[in-house]
Amino acid sequence: MSQGSNTDFILAVEGLTVSFDGFKAVNDLSFYVDQNEIRVIIGPNGAGKTTVLDLICGRTKATDGSIRFRNRELTRLKEHQIVKAGVGRKFQNPSIYPDLTVFENLEISYPSGRGVFGSLAFKRTAEVVARIEEIAGRIFLSEHLHTQADLLSHGQKQWLEIGMLLIQKPELLMLDEPVAGMSVNERRQTAVLLREIAKEHTMIVIEHDMQFVAEIADKVTVLHQGRILAEGSPEKVKADPKVIEVYLGH
Amino acid sequence: MPFSSFKEFMPRQDLLSFLVLALVLLVALPLALDVMRLNQVGKFLSFAFVAVGLVLCWGYGGILSLGQGVFYGLGGYALAMYLKLEASTPENTAIQTTPGIPDFMDWNRITELPWFWEPFYSLTFAIIAVVVVPSIVAYLIGVAMFKRRVGGVYFAIITQSIAAILTILIIGQQGLTGGVNGITDLRTLKGWNIHTDEASYILYFVCVALLFVCLLVAQYIRRSKTGRILVAMRGQEDRVRFSGYDIANFKVFVFCVGAAFAGIGGAMFTLQEGFMSPSFVGVVPSIEMVIFCAVGGRLSIIGAVYGVLLVSVAKTLFGESFPELWLFAMGLIFIGVVLALPNGIAGLYANWVAPHVDRLLDRLFGKPGEPRIDVLQPSSQGASS
Repeated sequence: MSQGSNTDFILAVEGLTVSFDGFKAVNDLSFYVDQNEIRVIIGPNGAGKTTVLDLICGRTKATDGSIRFRNRELTRLKEHQIVKAGVGRKFQNPSIYPDLTVFENLEISYPSGRGVFGSLAFKRTAEVVARIEEIAGRIFLSEHLHTQADLLSHGQKQWLEIGMLLIQKPELLMLDEPVAGMSVNERRQTAVLLREIAKEHTMIVIEHDMQFVAEIADKVTVLHQGRILAEGSPEKVKADPKVIEVYLGH
Repeated sequence: MPFSSFKEFMPRQDLLSFLVLALVLLVALPLALDVMRLNQVGKFLSFAFVAVGLVLCWGYGGILSLGQGVFYGLGGYALAMYLKLEASTPENTAIQTTPGIPDFMDWNRITELPWFWEPFYSLTFAIIAVVVVPSIVAYLIGVAMFKRRVGGVYFAIITQSIAAILTILIIGQQGLTGGVNGITDLRTLKGWNIHTDEASYILYFVCVALLFVCLLVAQYIRRSKTGRILVAMRGQEDRVRFSGYDIANFKVFVFCVGAAFAGIGGAMFTLQEGFMSPSFVGVVPSIEMVIFCAVGGRLSIIGAVYGVLLVSVAKTLFGESFPELWLFAMGLIFIGVVLALPNGIAGLYANWVAPHVDRLLDRLFGKPGEPRIDVLQPSSQGASS
């Protein structure tokens, strides 16, 4: 596996390749993400967008290449170690704990008592409760703290999962289609929320809705067949003839 | 302590269930039953240890083990080995070719006590082994399976095979283990005859007391953050993993706890029955233990105890008259419970009785201040296993 070089970027992906039985889902991919940037990854189905996130968070192991987060190599770490290093991941379908309340969902994500014995001794202190209430306020769920999470609407579940990431205080948040299934109103609220979050965190977002992309993105990376097709500001990418050809359509 | 108040550890509905169970086991049954029947209930209760462990593993953690008999057997055998050595004094076994070793070894022409029997001359060692040996075995199985992310039905099948393997091993090594007959003819514990009526009473109460210790440990786990992580893991393993937890460690932990409980249960059975045999280790008893747990309600530690009692009583009444039909009846009970009552007796109680009880308690003691947070009702997503 090749060694990446030290950089000032928060995330430096270099020469990243993964092949599934010879099929290269991600092929010699390199990109760099700045501190407090919102990077949006777009591209047609099967372009390898979700795979890139899977590789960064350790769900899939890279065949070759390096992923350096704050100059720390992630490709050899286990999932929970990557989380501890400061990378949070939201899945495509909202994955929350349906049997637990909103409060308990957030509590489990609170970054302490993560070992078996730590969790046995974990105490719901005033500090923990205050932090949970603060996050619940930010994700518009203050009213629903003691609702069983399964009973939330689809959009609220998406917010809850974003909240579960926020409470971990990750430096890098990766969101896979955070506004899928949301109403127009919820989308607007989410865009404001993400902008707010970006003041303190760096974000990688996968999204299809071009209007939403234009609203939040600092920089857009367009993937196609596991490679980068174009990269730049939303306006520049939108105007790129290659992008129009394979993704946006005429 | 992770709990800021006793109420957080034991909400009033739970407290009520504990108190009612204590009344039933410590007052009602000893008053109502003669000593022989009480001894029988005590033996049933030895399976309750396993069922409580299964509630944690299966109900909470989603780990279905079809091999709990292994741990029950290991605990039972550990104590039986001590008792057998005590019963095999050179005087008692003077007619053997080699006096001073257990009788079945002598029949199998073994002339020297095997090395792994030696430490069981010590009662302290045997008692520690009752808890530690099942835990170590569970730890090894757990690490081997969960670190490799083997789960669900594969795990169930593997534990089932381990139960089968251990049975075959015990039966095959007759000279070392007593074979198919098991370790029989156990008489005294430190010189105290375990077959008198008085001993039956005392052992019954010891069994109930230990069961309550296990229930309190289980209550601690389910009310702590660990309990909520187990529930979270059951449906959304990846989400928990990407919240920074090493899932395998939690599974190994709860599996070990279940095994330790089962070991204690096995030892209590040995004491009350006076023997231990491979028929409590294998596939059928292991599945029976899961049925106990399902009937009682796999999310309720107290329900599991009632599940054990009900199914065991049914087995005794029905099984004594129609032994060959019992297995079919048990299969039907299991299918019926899974189809109609996914949360068992405890589910019935939670749906039909608990709201009334709650209202009554409200009237008696006033409303509780904090919101009720319960996980008794799994969502459609979380219920599969």
